[in-house]
Amino acid sequence: MPPSTLVLRRNARSLSGPAFVRWGLIGAAVLLLGVFLIVPLVAVFTFAFQKGWEAYVSALTHPTALAAMRLTLLSAAIAVPFNLAFGLAASWLIARFQFRGRSLLMTLIDLPFSVSPVIAGLIFVLLFGRQGWLGPWLLDHDVRVIFAVPGIVLATVFVTFPYVARELLPVMEAQGSDEEEAALTLGASGWRTFLCVTLPKVKWGVLYGVILCNARAMGEFGAVSVVSGHVRGVTTTLPLHAEILYNEYDLAGAFAVASLLTLLAIVTLVVKKFVEWRSHPS
Amino acid sequence: MSRPARHRVLPGFRLSLGFSWFYLGLIVLIPLSSLFLRTFSLSWEEFWGIVTTPRALAAYRLSFGASLAAALANVVFGLLVAWVLVRYRFPGRDVLESLVDLPFALPTAVAGLTLTTLFSAQGWYGQYLEALGLKVAYTSVGVAVALTFIGLPFVVRTVQPVLEDIDVDVEEAAATLGASPWAVFRRVLLPALFPALLSGFTLAFARALGEYGSVVFISGNMPMRTEIVPLLIITRLEQYDYAGATAIAIVMLGASFSLLLAVNLLHRWSQRRLEARPGA
Repeated sequence: MPPSTLVLRRNARSLSGPAFVRWGLIGAAVLLLGVFLIVPLVAVFTFAFQKGWEAYVSALTHPTALAAMRLTLLSAAIAVPFNLAFGLAASWLIARFQFRGRSLLMTLIDLPFSVSPVIAGLIFVLLFGRQGWLGPWLLDHDVRVIFAVPGIVLATVFVTFPYVARELLPVMEAQGSDEEEAALTLGASGWRTFLCVTLPKVKWGVLYGVILCNARAMGEFGAVSVVSGHVRGVTTTLPLHAEILYNEYDLAGAFAVASLLTLLAIVTLVVKKFVEWRSHPS
Repeated sequence: MSRPARHRVLPGFRLSLGFSWFYLGLIVLIPLSSLFLRTFSLSWEEFWGIVTTPRALAAYRLSFGASLAAALANVVFGLLVAWVLVRYRFPGRDVLESLVDLPFALPTAVAGLTLTTLFSAQGWYGQYLEALGLKVAYTSVGVAVALTFIGLPFVVRTVQPVLEDIDVDVEEAAATLGASPWAVFRRVLLPALFPALLSGFTLAFARALGEYGSVVFISGNMPMRTEIVPLLIITRLEQYDYAGATAIAIVMLGASFSLLLAVNLLHRWSQRRLEARPGA
């Protein structure tokens, strides 16, 4: 019988150095994360409230701020469901079937992660911009994509493309397909099997992918900045609105907007932690 | 039992195959191909002329230099944080564990605004650093600081699972045989962690190369001095110089694809090494 892991663990911990080394390392790590993560978090809210609660509220209820919120919500409301549909289809396909091009598909899904956000914006300008491929045709038909809302939505969909598929694939692979086969044998239709058997099995993976996708969609800056044209109140999302206020030296206003986005990040981390806890209840 | 044949029983193969490739093509492949087609419209001399202007060369130097510095800093910081999170229990550990992912979740523009304000001459950090003679905001040091923030989680998250899996009796055996803690770390732990450190480093480096939002605020954006490559692309685009923007974008894309390829090869290599190890 090998000794219990508990005993080994305790030995390992005492091996990890004398107390002063241990507390020195813990101190260094806490100091580092404090300087880089905790103080900046506190700073966002301190700067946001430096002119008081009323200035904070009026910065957030300004018509251009409200328009920016609407645009941010709109682009996330389009990007997330589309990428969710793709994530479900692609992870089902890759986890359940062997076919030619399978590993190529897996590699290509990650492509948007390795493309700089600025390049993600650039490619849509090359397609739809005035000198772009479809530029003249769009001009003739009076359709604006670049420096307009459709461009922002497209850029957002591109940069958030891999999230759901990436997070869902390992979950889908870890779950076998025995229950699906049982349901099918008992006469359930393909869709019914998917909705009543597969979706409940992978629901935590879906939620995990959706919150990460949503956080990136609402917070994206580089790609959106390239295609936006910064028309105030029309093509500015929340991050772009914060940038404009900052460049106009309205620090409190910029950080009021930034505080909303920070809250979004905190909520994302909390939900992420919750999902991790639910799917590994050990 | 042949898996493929068994799994063909499941429905939805054609639908999911068709939709996946269609959507991938529409959103990713067609737009990306516009970049390559636009570059082919340039002659080689034109392309070479655009990508080797002194301003572009200065931007590559800054982007590569600052990304490299940030990724190296992340290796040290990431190893420290992963070690402390895996091996020690202390009050507040769970909060720190969750906070490590903050740079992934926080919009980059918020990171940029906040770091710039903290490190500016009157900022919470800047006033003390400047008293010591170190200017951070609007210098290349500031660029490296922002990129370090962005890349912080990569090394932590690649090293953490490996560290959790390491058999502690190997360390114990080394210690019993008289190895000092430092020798155990250098001769036992470091070789086991090396592949994870390397892939974390490469991921952080690749991310830093393309990063824009967190850097534009803190860099000050002076051509030749604090202008990163993504910003140069935007500048060219704002001057309606599509060819210039595209050529520089291709150079950058080539660099990040090579890094991605390196990560994949590295992953395969370390996997094979692990499998080749007796008893593993």
